[in-house]
Amino acid sequence: MSDPVRPITTAELERHPFLKGLSGALLQALVASSERREYATGHSIAREGDPAREFFLVEVGKVGLEIADPDRPPLTVLTVGPGEVFGWSWLVAPHRWRVDARALKPTRALVIAGAALREALEAHPADGYRFLHRLVPILAQRLDATRLQVFDVYRP
Amino acid sequence: MSTVRDGPRPVDPGPGIGPTLAPEPYTVWSRTQDTRDTATLVLAPSRTGSVPAFEPGQFNMLSVPGRGEVAISISGDPGRPGEWVHTVRSLGLATQAIAGATPGSLLAVRGPYGRGWPVDRAWGKDVVIVAGGVGLAPVRPLILELLRHRDRVGRLEVIYGARTPDDLLYAPELAGWRHRTDARFQVTVDAAGREWYGDVGLVTQRVPDARFDAANTVAFLCGPEIMMRLTAEALESRGVPRPAIWVSLERTMQCGIGLCGHCQLGPYLLCRDGPVLPYADVAPLLRIRGL
Repeated sequence: MSDPVRPITTAELERHPFLKGLSGALLQALVASSERREYATGHSIAREGDPAREFFLVEVGKVGLEIADPDRPPLTVLTVGPGEVFGWSWLVAPHRWRVDARALKPTRALVIAGAALREALEAHPADGYRFLHRLVPILAQRLDATRLQVFDVYRP
Repeated sequence: MSTVRDGPRPVDPGPGIGPTLAPEPYTVWSRTQDTRDTATLVLAPSRTGSVPAFEPGQFNMLSVPGRGEVAISISGDPGRPGEWVHTVRSLGLATQAIAGATPGSLLAVRGPYGRGWPVDRAWGKDVVIVAGGVGLAPVRPLILELLRHRDRVGRLEVIYGARTPDDLLYAPELAGWRHRTDARFQVTVDAAGREWYGDVGLVTQRVPDARFDAANTVAFLCGPEIMMRLTAEALESRGVPRPAIWVSLERTMQCGIGLCGHCQLGPYLLCRDGPVLPYADVAPLLRIRGL
């Protein structure tokens, strides 16, 4: 199980590379809706189809993003480690997880409530733009990677 | 993974001769099944001749009579003369026969050919090596050479990607490398089941996490061309100058000495001018479809 450890500060939020350099006003708006969580190896953090209510910023450990099908064993398609982020479906309707997320190591993450994040990004549009300017390249890179995985570059 | 051997390890009888078009008979001394379709062979001279010295990144032409001849990178330790080590993936008639050769059987070998990795450019620099799939085989001699001269290079980062955990080459050696404290080996696979707790993703996605001083780095890339191109882009985006990036390219090599033209890539004959070439020289060629 995940355990909330303690409330976090704006300084702690800003220490994560993804949030570093964003305005104090935005981080201040987020701090009340953020917490730090720890997950044991193997812990299921999210399942495809579940409501996507949170944004995860990994501080320590490793999280596997999996696709699953009733007829096949789960397949890990990406791992996310320290300094990286996962879980962006809070941003896009219908706000449902598109993959499963599972801790592959003891993992610690900053977790920000998606609804609060949406509100904060709208209330601070310049920061919202900067936030998305950081998030979209990550999504684009993962889309590129998925295309190459489909391309199966190492196939015989 | 299992290894089968034929007698004691061969002893190098002394300096060898240069490359020739005439194949020499070699005996398979050991065979290790690395993955489902890939095996590593250690070959010893069948006659009194010796094994020529080679540069990391060079290749030999290997053949089984009646099955054809193919270019296979040398994957042995340059500091361990007296044997050829080749990692061969079974794809066609010739590679199936070679990869399936059992200890004691004979193979014909000629070489070594081509230009290898410019190891001297690594001295005093941080080094990033990125390999994908069986592309680890041509960089294995380079890795071993750099580890042997570890004090002559700065940081050493190796990123290796494979299709699945079952497709990783040299698993025991890889595990040993990953325990080293004087070099960093990142291993990632494209997809994995739940039994795998390592990284999943493309090698390009590991580049941001690699530790090097971009302005003082040399990078050596080996794998599918699209992988090398995207890796080079990722390295350049981190500030590695294009002239500091080297790639190993592959085309159908036949003569091995730049006469037949089968391995032409634009102005280059890869068997003679490569297989290792500066990325700055070949980058435009790698974007031409069908070349």
